[in-house]
Amino acid sequence: MKRRLMLFIPLVVFFIMGIFLWQGLKLDPRELPSALVGKPFPSFTLSTVKNPEAALTEDVLKGEVSLVNVWATWCVSCRQEHPELVRIARDTGLKIFGLNYKDSRPEAIRWLEEYMDPYQFSLYDNDGRVGLDLGVYGAPETYIVDKDGIVRYRFVGVIDRQVWLNELLPEVNKWR
Amino acid sequence: MALKWKRVFVVALLALVIAAINLTLAPKVFANIEAFEFNDSELRERYQDLAVILRCPKCQNQNIVDSDAPIAADLRQQVYRLLNEGYSDDEILEFMVARYGNFVLYEPPVNPLTYLLWFGPFGLLLLAAVVVFLLLRGNKKAAKDAQQLSDQDRERLNKLLNK
Repeated sequence: MKRRLMLFIPLVVFFIMGIFLWQGLKLDPRELPSALVGKPFPSFTLSTVKNPEAALTEDVLKGEVSLVNVWATWCVSCRQEHPELVRIARDTGLKIFGLNYKDSRPEAIRWLEEYMDPYQFSLYDNDGRVGLDLGVYGAPETYIVDKDGIVRYRFVGVIDRQVWLNELLPEVNKWR
Repeated sequence: MALKWKRVFVVALLALVIAAINLTLAPKVFANIEAFEFNDSELRERYQDLAVILRCPKCQNQNIVDSDAPIAADLRQQVYRLLNEGYSDDEILEFMVARYGNFVLYEPPVNPLTYLLWFGPFGLLLLAAVVVFLLLRGNKKAAKDAQQLSDQDRERLNKLLNK
């Protein structure tokens, strides 16, 4: 009898492995945990896309919960998510700061004129230094920064209605 | 029995040889050659060593030397800059981990989260050894039992054979 039961061991092992592999199918390996969540937004001194004379620091992000959206004109998916950002800025009144990442100023200005500007302003990170400090590895990326300037959440990829309602909005409300 | 063990031995040896060949044939392949100027060869060596163990966050199965992604180029640039600024290897790795998480390291650090990863295989090996041991002992015992017929069994056997 005992030996009979032993014969079922491979089947049990098979099912256990099956469960793990099945779960593995649902994991997205491109989704990296941000090393920055829970830490202050990296310090910077940057001009903005529209004002080359400006010298803004990370203090501008403090005061209330806001989104920091990393974008660039060369980034195709950024165009895709742009209307949703415009909608969020218009309908919710949430402050969205842009981080224009490794882009050219004239093209960025043209983009903002053409597709509307949902941003309070867009920081102009021409050499990608701030992007690097943030751990950006591909635009678009969006960060939720709380009122003390602490990074609370990171989202990599295109924000659409679904993502906003299911992922970002609950997080924003949590830190508000 | 002896033949079986011989076969196991040969297979194990073959596996070892193949593993060794793989290890020697897959050394650092430098796909991206940038014109980084190093003042001394020690820095260059350290650069090459670091660039191979740092993983590109975008193209996840390449190190930052192999990858053509812009982010990989940025990271190479950073490694170069930090080296020239006098950072130590550990400080450079820390710099990268602070921004991109442990993910940028090809060799994950040993901590409670990764114990299973680091020591799991040894656990499995041990388990396998125990199973093999138990199976062999079971076999031996069964063989011994088989040789010892009780008187009753012998009688039955004789009856059957004579029939």
